[in-house]
Amino acid sequence: MKKTAPPHWATKLIARFSHPDASEEVQGDLLEMYEHWVRTVGTARASRRYILNVFKLMRPFAKSTESQQYSKTYSFSPVMIRNYFKVALRNLIKNKGYSAINIGGLSAGIAIAVLIGLWVHDEFSFDKYHQNYDRIAKVMQTVTVEGVQYHGEYMPAPLGNELRTQYADDFKYVVMSSFNDEHILAYGEKKFTKTGNYISPEAPEMLSLKMLQGTRAGLKEQNSVMLSEGVAHVLFGVENPLGKIVKLDNALNLKVTGVYEDLPYNTEFRDLTFIAPWDLYVSTQNWVKVALEGEQWDNNSWQILAQINPNSNFESVSQKIKGVKLKHAPHTAYLKPGLFLHPMEKWHLYSTWDNTGNVTARIQYVWLFSIIGAFVLLLASINFMNLSTARSEKRAKEVGIRKAIGSLRGQLIGQFLSESLLVVAFAFVLSIALVVLLLPAFNALADKQILFLWTSPRFWLAGITFCLITGLISGSYPALYLSSFQPIKVLKGTFSLGRFSAMPRKVLVVLQFTVSVTLIIGTIIVYRQIQHAKNRPIGYDRSGLIDVEINTPELCTQYNVFRRSLLETGAVVEMSTSSTPPTHTNSNNGGFEWEGKDPNFKDNFSTVAVTHDFGKTVGWQFVEGRDFSRSFSTDSTGMVMNEAALKYMGFRKPSDMIGKYMKWNGVTFTVVGVIKDMLMDSPFKPVGPALFMVNYGWANVINIKLSPALPARESLDKVEAVFHKLNPGSPFDFRFADDQFAKKFSTEERIAKLASVFASLAVMISCLGLFGLASFTAEQRTKEIGVRKVLGASLPNLLALLSKDFMLLVIISCLISIPLAWYMLNRWLLSYEYHTEISWWIFVLTTLGALAVTLLTVSYQAIRAALLDPVKSLKTE
Amino acid sequence: MKRTFLGEFEEIVLLTVASLRENAYAVTVTQELETKTGRQVGFSSVHTTLQRLEEKAYLTSVMGGATAERGGRRKRFFMVTALGQKVLSEVKTVRDELWSTLPSEFQLTNG
Repeated sequence: MKKTAPPHWATKLIARFSHPDASEEVQGDLLEMYEHWVRTVGTARASRRYILNVFKLMRPFAKSTESQQYSKTYSFSPVMIRNYFKVALRNLIKNKGYSAINIGGLSAGIAIAVLIGLWVHDEFSFDKYHQNYDRIAKVMQTVTVEGVQYHGEYMPAPLGNELRTQYADDFKYVVMSSFNDEHILAYGEKKFTKTGNYISPEAPEMLSLKMLQGTRAGLKEQNSVMLSEGVAHVLFGVENPLGKIVKLDNALNLKVTGVYEDLPYNTEFRDLTFIAPWDLYVSTQNWVKVALEGEQWDNNSWQILAQINPNSNFESVSQKIKGVKLKHAPHTAYLKPGLFLHPMEKWHLYSTWDNTGNVTARIQYVWLFSIIGAFVLLLASINFMNLSTARSEKRAKEVGIRKAIGSLRGQLIGQFLSESLLVVAFAFVLSIALVVLLLPAFNALADKQILFLWTSPRFWLAGITFCLITGLISGSYPALYLSSFQPIKVLKGTFSLGRFSAMPRKVLVVLQFTVSVTLIIGTIIVYRQIQHAKNRPIGYDRSGLIDVEINTPELCTQYNVFRRSLLETGAVVEMSTSSTPPTHTNSNNGGFEWEGKDPNFKDNFSTVAVTHDFGKTVGWQFVEGRDFSRSFSTDSTGMVMNEAALKYMGFRKPSDMIGKYMKWNGVTFTVVGVIKDMLMDSPFKPVGPALFMVNYGWANVINIKLSPALPARESLDKVEAVFHKLNPGSPFDFRFADDQFAKKFSTEERIAKLASVFASLAVMISCLGLFGLASFTAEQRTKEIGVRKVLGASLPNLLALLSKDFMLLVIISCLISIPLAWYMLNRWLLSYEYHTEISWWIFVLTTLGALAVTLLTVSYQAIRAALLDPVKSLKTE
Repeated sequence: MKRTFLGEFEEIVLLTVASLRENAYAVTVTQELETKTGRQVGFSSVHTTLQRLEEKAYLTSVMGGATAERGGRRKRFFMVTALGQKVLSEVKTVRDELWSTLPSEFQLTNG
């Protein structure tokens, strides 16, 4: 008989969907029945019956009763995960010291990284407040003098109109601005010095100021002013400022036409606290009017901002306008002036250039700190990994037992990973608390107003991603390594980790200390550079020296009255006016003629207008010659120059120049003296050539030398009284030359402070790690130490034994970091023209310091281990 | 007396299992029922009934050895448990009692 078979598909169906507990016999029974049916009723009906029964016997949703009683083990069942966390928590609580070091170190690291991250984020979000952020630019120009390229944002006045009319297709707005400057705002009896700007009426629209009152069109009228919220508040309090009249610089009555929201701290215009119309500036300042109407293309004194049209781009517009200035001022061709647009997105981070036009700006510090942040985070993660791997070896027995009672490898991996994730999660929460606590102090240190990004999904995403990565990486070693142990070996106690198991940890320690030592060397050198510049001879005496801005007509016209009144108070040694305070220069001029000048020499001097009393006020020091004196009537065309100017002009001895003439703008000056270089500009640059001339009309500041006999506060009160009497229109605002000088270091000091904070934290974190590791090794070698003690080892022997390994690691990292630090810092120092040298003793000192710190950290554990009673340590187990 | 749930079909399946002794599994039970009752018995209903009886603990089962004729698949052999025997005898007692109350001619014609 031909062997017949039931329909194949039905067989498959019943194999797949029968009751799991009865699958086998049902299939067999059905086959047997089929044969029976074939014999009794024929193939066709047999097949039909077979199919019918298959359908009747399908139990697609039935579950095996066996599986309900004993669940299959799989790594991610909730019960197992709960167990992992329970074991992890118990482990943490059992080893409180390790847990504290581990979590504390990691959270400190994360906190630093988060702070740096917030800082970097803030740096990159500069100026984004303005809605037209990506289309606003400054017009800037480059000039090249003797192969050195300079970038400047000072623009000639007629350029604005030229751009507006000739390039109307490219520019939506072209805005003239007088630069932010201090002015006096008064309403009734209230007078304040506030920074503000004369600016074209389109500016509020271009900068998308958020108007609280009034409209952005508020500057259309000439005698109007727009105030920031803060200024409106101090001037008017709860009164409605709109329509009120405020007095500007004690001379102009302006109607308030708008109040705008204070610009945030991370914008270029954060000090723009009021805005007056550009037209008002032009009509009240004659020199501006002359420059504008007389088409003075070589008077670069103003700022031009522009917004380009949506279909233009900065590069092409820059190309178009490049030669505009040269076209109108052909006599400046030797300077090769080139105009370009500097986009707003680059203002903050890319706005300084070196002599060849490469960007050397703040972006470098952003990179520097990002790198430091990444390293600190790396240190903390390394620590964490080191400690968790060190700890996990102690748990080999646990692994053995777990395996013996049936743990799968996957489950052990899951356990160790969940443990490290738990610790990282703790650390993350702690670090956020730390950041929130530290943020105010950090803001003060970094001169920022950063808020925590509670609502930023990107921040949380980054944080959680980091936690996952750190958790997984640091957990992966114990997870993968420990789970591979053979339970028999581990439980029998014949298990040893091998000679090289400590190798990765040693590498990590070396890496950690390399970073720390580099940071320490860096900090020391930054501080030395600052100190070096601070100790530099400045050529005058700035103690008790103050300057007061001349911003009302009263201050200009009463020189002698002022001087007499001030001297009469007895609180003032001397008073003078000058075109610039001694702490900076603001005017450079060429076109001087002198005997023996090379006709091709394009000279450029800092020019300072002073009065006869200036020298006595600031206490400048003469190399040769004499100070200005009223007893020589010819001194009204006298001139004092500094040594740098003498050298610049090609003379070696002061006597070569004293008594000789200098011609400038048709006036013949006689050089009466040569002074030692007065450090007026950057303390990191050589002093430039400077010429001092007597001019009572060209005065911007009043310099006052306070009497050293009286306390400063008392003197200032007396001076203030005089100012109130003679200049009632403005508040008495003064600046100490000391403070002004100190401000020149603010960037460097900020870097130094931040670097020292980071360096000390890096060292702390590294030491924490070392401490944990040392205590671990000491614990591991308890028996060895016991045996050694019994055999007569002394305490110093044991100390040396335990510290030797670590010292060696630290020495290796010093050897790596010294050339690294030398290379990087040398490059940093070279960016300063006046810089300190890197001395060898810094490296020696740092190495010794690192060794001392290591010894301290390790010795606590080492001494403790060495003092242990050998009887006890040998009795263990 | 506690009522035992035993349907008519369940009862005859249980009895068949008892009568087949060591060779009672779904196929033999079906075939036996067919020959004894002469009616067409659905295999699936026999199978389900056997399982239900096992759930009620009237039957117990063991898997037999591998067999050649059905693709090497094992058979599930059923045996009547003590409880199953008790239930069967209870049912029989009830029947007997009922029979005993019948008029004699009934007994005669059928007896």
